[in-house]
Amino acid sequence: MNATPTIRPGWFALVWTHLRKDLRIEGRSRESINSMLFFALLVVVLFSMAFDPTAAASRQIAAGVLCVATLFASVSALNQAWAREIRHQVLDALRMTPSDAAALFFAKALANFFFVSLVQLVLGPVFFIFYNLHPLGDTWQLALVIPLGTWALVANGTFFAALSIRSRNREMLLPLILFPIFLPALLAMVLGVKTILTGDGSDPQLLWLKLLAGYDILFMTASLLLFETVLQAE
Amino acid sequence: MTPAAQDLPASTSSEPVARIQSVSRLFGDFAALRNVTLDLEPGKCYVLLGENGAGKSTLLRILAGLLLPSHGAITLFGNSTPTESRARIGYMSHAPMLYDELTALENLRYFRSLYSGQPTLAPEEALAQVGLDPALSRSLGQYSQGMRQRASLARVLLSQPELLLLDEPFSNMDVESAHQMVSLLARFRAGRRTRDPRRTIVLTTHQRSLATPIADCVLTLKAGRLVAREEGTLS
Amino acid sequence: MMKKLFLLTGIAAIALLMSWGFYQAMYAAPADAAQGDIGRIFYYHVPHGMLCYLFFTINFVASLLVLGWQRTNPARALAADAWALAGAEVGVVFCSVVLVTGPIWGRPVWGIWWTWDPRLTTTLVLWLIYVSYLLVRRFTSGSQVTTLAAVLSIFGALDMPVNYLANRLWRTQHPSPVFGGDPDAGLKDPAMLHAFGWNLLAWAVWGLAVLSFRVYIERRQQKIQHNAALAALNAD
Repeated sequence: MNATPTIRPGWFALVWTHLRKDLRIEGRSRESINSMLFFALLVVVLFSMAFDPTAAASRQIAAGVLCVATLFASVSALNQAWAREIRHQVLDALRMTPSDAAALFFAKALANFFFVSLVQLVLGPVFFIFYNLHPLGDTWQLALVIPLGTWALVANGTFFAALSIRSRNREMLLPLILFPIFLPALLAMVLGVKTILTGDGSDPQLLWLKLLAGYDILFMTASLLLFETVLQAE
Repeated sequence: MTPAAQDLPASTSSEPVARIQSVSRLFGDFAALRNVTLDLEPGKCYVLLGENGAGKSTLLRILAGLLLPSHGAITLFGNSTPTESRARIGYMSHAPMLYDELTALENLRYFRSLYSGQPTLAPEEALAQVGLDPALSRSLGQYSQGMRQRASLARVLLSQPELLLLDEPFSNMDVESAHQMVSLLARFRAGRRTRDPRRTIVLTTHQRSLATPIADCVLTLKAGRLVAREEGTLS
Repeated sequence: MMKKLFLLTGIAAIALLMSWGFYQAMYAAPADAAQGDIGRIFYYHVPHGMLCYLFFTINFVASLLVLGWQRTNPARALAADAWALAGAEVGVVFCSVVLVTGPIWGRPVWGIWWTWDPRLTTTLVLWLIYVSYLLVRRFTSGSQVTTLAAVLSIFGALDMPVNYLANRLWRTQHPSPVFGGDPDAGLKDPAMLHAFGWNLLAWAVWGLAVLSFRVYIERRQQKIQHNAALAALNAD
């Protein structure tokens, strides 16, 4: 089994090569960002109609709505994560090259993380206006909890999108695999954000944040180690 | 891979480039290849003929190390793990295997950086060899079929492969371009310098007449079996 | 003939063991002082909870073996895959029993069927992960299913410690663990411990028997597919 990625000095240069290509392609087509943005906006509007949020109640549910909106929006983009590689068999050409597969995965995950974060940056203010929010806890912690949770979602999603490439009804399969495995991270993310918004001081030791970081490290390592196996499976 | 092996003149190595020993490939219970045995000798050009579904593409993908045989063994460059020799092989399928959103030059630059650690052509030179203008600013999605085919060939030539696998390289070309491609392949096979190894080519086609000028051996596949083998140049 | 006799004895022994377990749980052990007869569901709930971890571990180990052997020894990798599949299937069945018996007990004792308590949530997540594992196996065709399922199984197994941690971080409503929990909790009455032990043994033997049977069927299935493939190769 040749699944062990070797982290050479050139590894990050390789990641940068892949990443620059992905950003350039997205910069030209803007397909995933636009569809994600609109979709996430729709989810936020739908939820606010379904729950009729008042200021007090919205603080309780807003964390969940924000995370789930991100989740749904990301899945539509993650499903397309490898679409350009599959369309003209580019993936086969990539498999033929002697370059490390883990770098390909890492760059793709970074690109998706960048797109989803952009959507969150645009969506964030809209969200705070719609739900009449002003956080009572430490706002700066949001800048840690949300990226960590987003990374958990995007890295796993990119990995499982590659895993479901070869199956029939691939688009349906991704959420089926991703959601159960992402659940602990979602839970930590929702509770972390909720603690910050309500400022109830229920998590003084930042346990949810630590859990998220641990989750990210664990699953990132596994993905990097196993991606070669998934890419070369036939 | 050993850099020394590249400097060896081809005539001294009688070792086959690829050795396929009773290879079969199944998809579910459909047998795409049945018990194919074949040695590819260095410097020769093999032409695979056969109807659709005869197993030509499957055989090429197995040679490329993209598909593993269900039964039998394959040895590429003396290595029995096909995936480890893939960097020395160029594979062109009927799809362009390039990104639509990038220009030909951007695509080639991208692929070149994935072949670090081995000698490659300059992307501009690879494009010039197939007769494409490197300065073309249109993205690949706006190219004609024939131009995409050329860009795809340029990608394959980029890594200077020792074994070239081409799936229907003439399918979307007019006769003129096809003839150009054949002479390009002949030049490629000979190598740029005389001490370069002669490169091996395997191509599949429907148009037998186009490939005859360079064919050393014509193989016919039928329902997954190798049914005919004609040696010698057929011109 | 010997084989049949052996099989019949085995089935009889398992049936006997399980009836004995049933007798112990329903008649021999005293009713719980606080909960009454409904407390007896504990003799089913807890052993199933413990055993589903055993079967998911079998799935995990077999999946590691699949990945280790897939290039060097495909035949053995295929055998390991049969164990992985059977482990996940039996594990899901045991986990389902846990999820069904829990609410049956919760309704009279807690007054609610379900609560989003970490212990309950994590068990549900575990169940969801392995159901999705089985779905992937169904949706993916061809020879790569073995590899992909093995990779997914490793991710599922990785989720277990994270789940476990989330469990400790959150204040829980679920009764504390029977073993290795705090000293005041757990089984005190020897008759109860007795009944618990017998049921754990009976369900373990039963589960392992079903597992072996399932592996046997899967291996037969693989052999049939192999033969069909050979026939397809030789047909014209």
